[in-house]
Amino acid sequence: MPPTVPTDPLAAAADAGMSRRSFLRTSAVLATGLAAVAASLKPLFEMEDITSAEQFMQKYYKELTPEDMKKVLARVEREVEKQYGIRPHVRDLKPMDGVEFAYALNLSRCIGCRKCVHACVAENNQSRSPEIQYIRVLKMPHGTFDVEKGDHYYASEKVPEKGFFYMPIQCQQCHNPPCVKVCPVHATWQETDGITVIDYDWCIGCRYCEAACPYWARRFNFTKPSIPADRINPNMSYLGNRPRRQGVMEKCHFCVQRTRDGRYPACLEVCPTGSRKFGNILDPESEISQILRTKRVFMQLKEDVGTNPRFFYYFDV
Amino acid sequence: MITAARNYLVFLRRCARIAFVGDWRYYTWMGVLTVVALFGLNAYAKQFAHGLIVTGMSDEVSWGVYIANFTFLVGVAAAAVMMVIPVYIYDNEELHDLVIFGELLAVAAIIMCLMFVTVDLGRPDRFWHLIPGIGQFNFPASMLSWDVIVLNGYLLLNVHICGYLLYSRYRGVKPGKWFYIPFVFVAIFWAVSIHTVTAFLYVGLGGRPFWNSSIVGPRFLASAFTAGPALIILALQVIRRVTHYHITDKALLTLRAIVQVSMLINVFLLVNEVFKEFYSGNLHVISSRYLFLGLHGHHALVPWIWSAITLNLIAMVILVLPLSRSLKYLNVACVLSIVGIWIEKGMGLVIPGFIPTPLGAVVEYTPSLNETLVCFGIWAFGLLCYTIFLRMSVPILQGRLAKANEGISEPGPDDVVEDAPAASHS
Repeated sequence: MPPTVPTDPLAAAADAGMSRRSFLRTSAVLATGLAAVAASLKPLFEMEDITSAEQFMQKYYKELTPEDMKKVLARVEREVEKQYGIRPHVRDLKPMDGVEFAYALNLSRCIGCRKCVHACVAENNQSRSPEIQYIRVLKMPHGTFDVEKGDHYYASEKVPEKGFFYMPIQCQQCHNPPCVKVCPVHATWQETDGITVIDYDWCIGCRYCEAACPYWARRFNFTKPSIPADRINPNMSYLGNRPRRQGVMEKCHFCVQRTRDGRYPACLEVCPTGSRKFGNILDPESEISQILRTKRVFMQLKEDVGTNPRFFYYFDV
Repeated sequence: MITAARNYLVFLRRCARIAFVGDWRYYTWMGVLTVVALFGLNAYAKQFAHGLIVTGMSDEVSWGVYIANFTFLVGVAAAAVMMVIPVYIYDNEELHDLVIFGELLAVAAIIMCLMFVTVDLGRPDRFWHLIPGIGQFNFPASMLSWDVIVLNGYLLLNVHICGYLLYSRYRGVKPGKWFYIPFVFVAIFWAVSIHTVTAFLYVGLGGRPFWNSSIVGPRFLASAFTAGPALIILALQVIRRVTHYHITDKALLTLRAIVQVSMLINVFLLVNEVFKEFYSGNLHVISSRYLFLGLHGHHALVPWIWSAITLNLIAMVILVLPLSRSLKYLNVACVLSIVGIWIEKGMGLVIPGFIPTPLGAVVEYTPSLNETLVCFGIWAFGLLCYTIFLRMSVPILQGRLAKANEGISEPGPDDVVEDAPAASHS
């Protein structure tokens, strides 16, 4: 090091003690800067759904004690009542022992009427605007199983049309769900009855699960969901159909609020052709077990991706 | 101990102060960046209030230009190693005093990366769910959790290396080898890991055949090691022009050699991928078909990818010809490769992975104005950070901002900066 160090004139200027003038100038710059930042943040006032401290501090589902859960359910009921003016009944239904659900859909019978789609929307308090639907029905030309040949947006006057069959697709409740594996915060997981659920209060909305799902079964709330108050289904469950907030994922959960209470999923109940079958695969006497035992041909969608769905498609043979 | 802390605070204060001092060009540049960043902040505030509906994304194309920029910038950050390796492994003299500018660029790039993933979150208020200990961190199953670790780790490594070297230089002491050399070597492997892990984010998805290919990782690295050093070549020339910091043409030409080889590998790997996709003719080619040729009358990405390929090919030809030993042509090649690779990594890799959807629907994606403003805002903020880092580090490296001249106050004319040769590193 030489004894005299060259000084950066600018650095030296920066070091110089603050004069009255530079103090005023700095304050003016600072004030302008802060005002500009504040002005930029103005759109935040347009926010409708502000996170409360209680919501912000909400613990992860699996870490809630039964007492915590009671409080959380009460909070959810309060919020729904405040927003929609209807007092819901929100439960935290747990999986039943000795039960593993499976679904089978008879492709020979399905006529593509999409009643299941709309029953699902009504049952599960899905957003009407923007529209969120868990079930997508593909109109498939005869002779192929390639979904890329299917029509998603068919608007036929009458169904079924000649030369086509119809394939409804929803969450396949996989044994090896890629969505669960990729979630960085464990916000989605598989329960003992085989249903993959989402903790809507824990999801950070990164949409990695949506990218990972080979069945395009997951939906994201791109904005605050809107549901007409008179269409709210008040029979709710925490991991099921309680209303979601902006910025989180949702998807088919086999209607946990019904099926863990001994009822059929809404899509099955509404189906006019009886194409949909659902039940406990661990019970050898159940209808679903009998179908999987006796039907000569049934299949899982995209078997090659190794997800091993609990959702089967079968034919009347 | 207390003296050390006080000295360090004085150092930080002087660094912070100098960031606000410069000539008119500096103020203009910083002013423009600040304005653009504020426009971005405003656009993000809109998104925060109304949700991601203000973007062009949908359930069909659920990641867009945020994740595309993120992917590109991870590559820029990783590319810092392409300066570190020649210096620390092959003892390259020319690059020796410049390596820190590469590392500072890595810091700025990682800051941008973290901002791009944050703005992509549907619920940024829940980011704490990702923090190990208080949140639920799905490690090692989720590749995103790996990415959180490697990106933050890389940020810390580079902040430490740059901060330590600069502070040592400021005090006029020789940096202790053990305090930074081990970190430099860890950072070399770490740099490769950040881009590999980011590639694995995509590669690991079995339901997306377009990404589910083992060549994605190598292609990421090849393109990163092209675009990153290309960006550094341009940045160094700006530094040289504005600050008179001693940077030789030879150093730039060393980087040219790196860009040259990486670009050749990059194009070679692209040819491999295109061949495999189209020649085999199986059904999984569908996304590539959409990207390169269009599908069922949808071809939004076709002009993008062909312009990317054209830019990359022109850049490659210029780079291999002796022509590019002239800085003028080298700069053209660098700009072409940066733009080409940005398109290829962004529009060409992230978006077509979603088209068609796993159920065969073709829904296209165009970034919205609001989304674009957020992107520009983040880029402006990143450049702002990098400029500030350079504003602090150049005088330190030139010995003009040092402990020895603490407290000396002689305000000089604003834009006379002496051409001071850089003192050697160690």
